[in-house]
Amino acid sequence: MLLGIVFIISVGSFYLIHLLPGNITTVIEGPGASPSNQAKLYKLLGLNKPLFQQYFIWISNVLRGNLGTSFISQTSVASTIRAALPIDLEMMFLSQVVAFATAIPLAMRSARKPDGWLDRIFSAGSFTLLSVPSFIVIVLLVLFVSVKLGVPHTGPSSYAPFNQDWIVNLESMGLPTIALAIGSFVVYFRVLRSDLIATLQEEFITMARSKGISQRRIMWRHAFRPSSVALLGTAGVNIGGLLAGGFIVQYLLNIPGLGYTLIQAINESDYLLVQGIVLVVSVGVVLINFIFDFVINIVDPRISRE
Amino acid sequence: MSNFSQMIAEEEIALVEKPEKSEPLGLLFWLCVGWIGLNIIGAIFANVLPLQNPQFQDYNALNVGPSLHHLFGTDDLGRDLFARVVYGSRISLSVGAGSMLIGFGIGSPLGMLAAYRRGRFDTILTNLMYVFLAFPAIIATIAILSFWTPRSLIKIIVVIGVASIPLVYRVIRTATLNVATKDYIIAAKVQGATDRRILLRELLPNIAPIGISFLLIGVATVIALEGALAFLGLSVLPPTPSWGNMINESRTILQQNPWLAVFPSLAMCLFLLCLNFIGDRLRHHFDVTEVKL
Repeated sequence: MLLGIVFIISVGSFYLIHLLPGNITTVIEGPGASPSNQAKLYKLLGLNKPLFQQYFIWISNVLRGNLGTSFISQTSVASTIRAALPIDLEMMFLSQVVAFATAIPLAMRSARKPDGWLDRIFSAGSFTLLSVPSFIVIVLLVLFVSVKLGVPHTGPSSYAPFNQDWIVNLESMGLPTIALAIGSFVVYFRVLRSDLIATLQEEFITMARSKGISQRRIMWRHAFRPSSVALLGTAGVNIGGLLAGGFIVQYLLNIPGLGYTLIQAINESDYLLVQGIVLVVSVGVVLINFIFDFVINIVDPRISRE
Repeated sequence: MSNFSQMIAEEEIALVEKPEKSEPLGLLFWLCVGWIGLNIIGAIFANVLPLQNPQFQDYNALNVGPSLHHLFGTDDLGRDLFARVVYGSRISLSVGAGSMLIGFGIGSPLGMLAAYRRGRFDTILTNLMYVFLAFPAIIATIAILSFWTPRSLIKIIVVIGVASIPLVYRVIRTATLNVATKDYIIAAKVQGATDRRILLRELLPNIAPIGISFLLIGVATVIALEGALAFLGLSVLPPTPSWGNMINESRTILQQNPWLAVFPSLAMCLFLLCLNFIGDRLRHHFDVTEVKL
């Protein structure tokens, strides 16, 4: 299954370049290129070979870590991606830590008394936030935090690499983390809340209550584990959306992660770089999903036995 | 897409969770319906309504705040912001409606058929859809739109619509599976009803409420996605206004004129909020009646 999906992704990303209108050599050399030069490049790129042979040449290079050299910047696509990827991982890690750290306690609080006043406030709040896309959140955050309040190192272009100045790095990660965490928090809170409410009505919870186990212990030890399956499943599906949200945030704040690089590459028609990023990100998302599935099986062994 | 992922998770939980009491739709629900209706009318009749020309540049009124003459003020080129927000809703609404029409038009008949027929047809189709579901749809959408030039509204609608088919398929198939095992379906089969009759007269009306509420949430998700694409420069190009590219353009002059960001954002959020609210309410409302049966 995993190999099948990765194969389809590789074929898809390979084929992308053929979606370009017109002749690719015109795209690279410009409309004024002479026919003999075009023919030379055509041969150089191996475009005269049959399509499946082109794919095999391409995929064998990719498997050896060679994603080609950009026509625009003359740098290796793989090294560009290697430089940008840690930033995405840091952003994703920070935002998920914040989202889980807020969603789990609030959902437990809400589920303890469904329809109580706290639950109503949390639910209404999360429902409203659900309708605010992350790009609007980040524009408003920049407007109020960086522009109106003037907090340093939060506006666009304030990013610094972690190993150069980690304080500035974390400060510049603040707004992106909040913007992405809000989107994830809303989803995690709502899913965990409704699952906890359902779990708390099960007989084994009544049993635990009748044994006199404390509310807190029931929540964490008895109810949270079965309910965390839905949470993890949602988190796995959420990763793709999170990445796309991250792309826009990076673009708006000039943080040189994969998203920023991707948009730059689209604008400069740097097609090999776009192709490389699409391939790496898609495979990454699929792998993360499989890791989540694996973790879910550990948390709830009943699922794999079905 | 996050709404979609939550929707799937909630749908699976909904099989366990029992609704406590039947609740009326409420005033807020109808207010939301009214707001959506108003937006749709505004989008359709934008050129008939007494609006100013959204492209007209009045150099005597640059970056003016909200006033009676310009309800939402003007932008940095002196264009009337209110007219642009109303015209902008055309793009957002047509992307939302058009792509969901494709997604549901193809995904839901397939999902219903698969769940009703079962067998090899179901196995093959479901596995195929799961492979596509594992593919990060947003990344694929961005990739295809960036390569498939020149960009146009139709292409955006088609790409998003096709990308949504596996999700719609999954939701509708699960919903149909729940209904298809009910006694009244078996009764209809025993009575000798044709497949066509069972699908259209028995199954369709019973999964329609779930389908409609997912459709509304799907439209909301797609409108947000179009906004995201506009930020990446992959949606319709300026000067054609869309909510997404208006918010995007406003960034450069955020300090001088924050209204430029506020009004289109507000228009988009309010619209999405109403869609999500209606979808959510309908789902709860119909869950209740289903249990009462």
